Amino acid sequence: MSRLRDWLVSAAVLLAGRGRAHRRREPERIVAPTEPRPRSELAVVFLLLLSAAFAAGVPIIYALDPPRFTQVLGASLGLSLAFLSAALIVAGSRLIPDEQLEEDYPEESSREQAAVAEIVEESSSGFTRKKLLGSVAALTGGALGVAFLTPAVSLGPVFNTRQLYDTPWRRGRRLVDENGKPIAAGDVETKGFYTAYPEGADREELGSPLVVVRLDPRELALPAGREDWAPEGILAFSKICTHAGCAISLYRVPTFEPVQPEPALVCPCHYSTFDPATGGSVLFGPAGRPLPQLPLLVDESGDLRAAGNFDQPIGPSWWGVRLREPT
Amino acid sequence: MIRKAVRVVDQRTGTAPFLRKALRYVFPDHWSFLLGEVALYSFIVLVATGIYLTFFFDPSTERVVYHGPYEPLQGVEMSRAYQSVVQLSLQVKAGLLIRQMHHWAANVFVVAIVLHLLRIFFTGAFRKPRELTYYIGLTMLALSLLEGYLGYSLADDLLSGMGLAIGYAVALSIPFVGGNLALLIWDGEFPGSQDFWPRMYATHVLFLPVAIGVLIGLHLFLVASRHHTQFQGPRKTQRKVIGTPTVPGQAPRSLGLMAGVASLLFLLGGLVQINPVWLWGPYETGLSTNGAQPDWYLGWLIGGLRLMPPWEPHAWGYTFVPNPFWGGVTFPLVVFGTLFAWPTIERRLTGDRGFHNILDRPRDAPHRTAFGLAFVSWVVLVFFFGSADRVTVFFGLSYVNQLYAYWVVVWVLPVLVYAVTLRVCRGVQRKELVDAEQERAEAEARAATAPEI
Repeated sequence: MSRLRDWLVSAAVLLAGRGRAHRRREPERIVAPTEPRPRSELAVVFLLLLSAAFAAGVPIIYALDPPRFTQVLGASLGLSLAFLSAALIVAGSRLIPDEQLEEDYPEESSREQAAVAEIVEESSSGFTRKKLLGSVAALTGGALGVAFLTPAVSLGPVFNTRQLYDTPWRRGRRLVDENGKPIAAGDVETKGFYTAYPEGADREELGSPLVVVRLDPRELALPAGREDWAPEGILAFSKICTHAGCAISLYRVPTFEPVQPEPALVCPCHYSTFDPATGGSVLFGPAGRPLPQLPLLVDESGDLRAAGNFDQPIGPSWWGVRLREPT
Repeated sequence: MIRKAVRVVDQRTGTAPFLRKALRYVFPDHWSFLLGEVALYSFIVLVATGIYLTFFFDPSTERVVYHGPYEPLQGVEMSRAYQSVVQLSLQVKAGLLIRQMHHWAANVFVVAIVLHLLRIFFTGAFRKPRELTYYIGLTMLALSLLEGYLGYSLADDLLSGMGLAIGYAVALSIPFVGGNLALLIWDGEFPGSQDFWPRMYATHVLFLPVAIGVLIGLHLFLVASRHHTQFQGPRKTQRKVIGTPTVPGQAPRSLGLMAGVASLLFLLGGLVQINPVWLWGPYETGLSTNGAQPDWYLGWLIGGLRLMPPWEPHAWGYTFVPNPFWGGVTFPLVVFGTLFAWPTIERRLTGDRGFHNILDRPRDAPHRTAFGLAFVSWVVLVFFFGSADRVTVFFGLSYVNQLYAYWVVVWVLPVLVYAVTLRVCRGVQRKELVDAEQERAEAEARAATAPEI
């Protein structure tokens, strides 16, 4: 009996001991253990397969070139990545241990800071005229900075602001339409809105494009000295807004009754509104100066020609622009 | 297998200790921490799609005549740049998808940055020791706006030309140097010389992306070196950060987000048309169109330009400050200047120079929250005014009356927002105190009555 008990006890000790020893031998994990979840695993497999299927569709779509190609191609790639995203999120939330780790925020090391400062200070202990050296070094740095930047001047005609005043308009230059055909005064109708360019000049130049409109000559109230600028009530203005350089492309009759009962030229960018009847003065909007007016004349064959240059610089203003550039 | 791979790498690079740390880097859990990642992944998509586009785009101002499959442009004279964009959109297989993705990604990129900035601001995450990270983020935002502007300017369609004309006017308007600077940038008077386009292109595809990429690297390095901030919570202190490690917890989430962002951009690029340049036609200085709107992230600037009263001081026959300077230069400088100065301003006002690893909830700093919301409402109102012409078209409200109303509202509403936000924050704070008090009292009462039962 006692022998049996001894056997049992020793067997239990052995078993327990072996178990403990076995557990001790297992290496310690870094990452927390997690329960296997075969169904979630299957879901991930399924989502990945869907992603692969849509990705595999891309070369097929490319080869078949179906109608609405861009839409189909984008949808296929988009869905493939959407399923990939879903697979990663399911894997991340179901198959991976949900650990919360702690970590210390970094602390500053005053010893290292002191050492760095010391290295710098001790390295410069041989200098006796630190202030002088500092100023000279700053001067050299500044001079070198200017030296390095000097080649940048070649990028453009920096100092030639003169050219901002230039326009291709001269007395006698004919007005032509988009197709290069001369514009006959008789063809310009009231309430019509025409774009004109200088004959034989670069259309792209900021000073080139004009708006041409016709008003009843009795409605005109042009500034003094411009009495003969609008033959038959036909007026020409630079098409480039003096606010921000967009093209004036709206002609409104009227724009907004209480404020602007008259026809007005409007820029669609920031709604600067100009009054053609008074020589392009600003009715509304952010523009700070009138639309430049071009004096016109009608030649013997009835076509419109410039009678001179604009009354002021065209296009957006710049610092120091002269309001009335002599023509 | 894994062990062998790690050994091979470590023996040749010595990176195992670093990798071990990186794999167990702790990410505090909060959805709003992912906004910056969305921006990062959009940037990756931008670079990838942008590289593809460079293989087809030709930044040339050479005049050509269109003879392609798109009938309405048949025989139209245009720049080679615009022609190549139309070609890559309509003739290159997958070209349109990639171009639209690129454009959408730019929009999503800036949205993500702005939302990320708002999160950082309203939680006080910019405070010591993370001011540098914040300044770098703001710099990237500014560069991204410029990058986006250059991107849609390159296409040389009608809208991009109008945008460039406005940019030229804004450059001209800078006091003292405006005229010279504009001539330098455009190599002459607008629309500039043939060199302007390649220069703009190099800036868009090389200088700015590299600058943004380098700043992203610095930004991430600083985030990792100072560690993430964290919201208040049990066991969370200024000294210890608690959260999910990169591996295994954070990596699949983050990669899932990356795939999600890419998926969204493919779907948008494929299914939602954006900037159909062939409809706009080529640009000429004498052309413009009504109802033009820039990409959303420049809407606040067009609003600023439109909202400005016609102030353009001149004397003795000379103009001094051209009007676009106010809306196009002063306004963005004030906005970015305020954002850059905010950490300093707040430090001065509160006298708080301590380290802050624990985030504020917006109510915890009522004045910051009130100021922030007032500031945001100010910018958003100007942004809304940028689309006042659309409001006129769709709702029949007079543009002129809207302008006069906005002149008042942009100054009044932010003040109201400030006052209301302050009250709400203080109210929430008080309620929290009362609730805590009540809970404590109830707990005490329970403790007092417990022995009786």
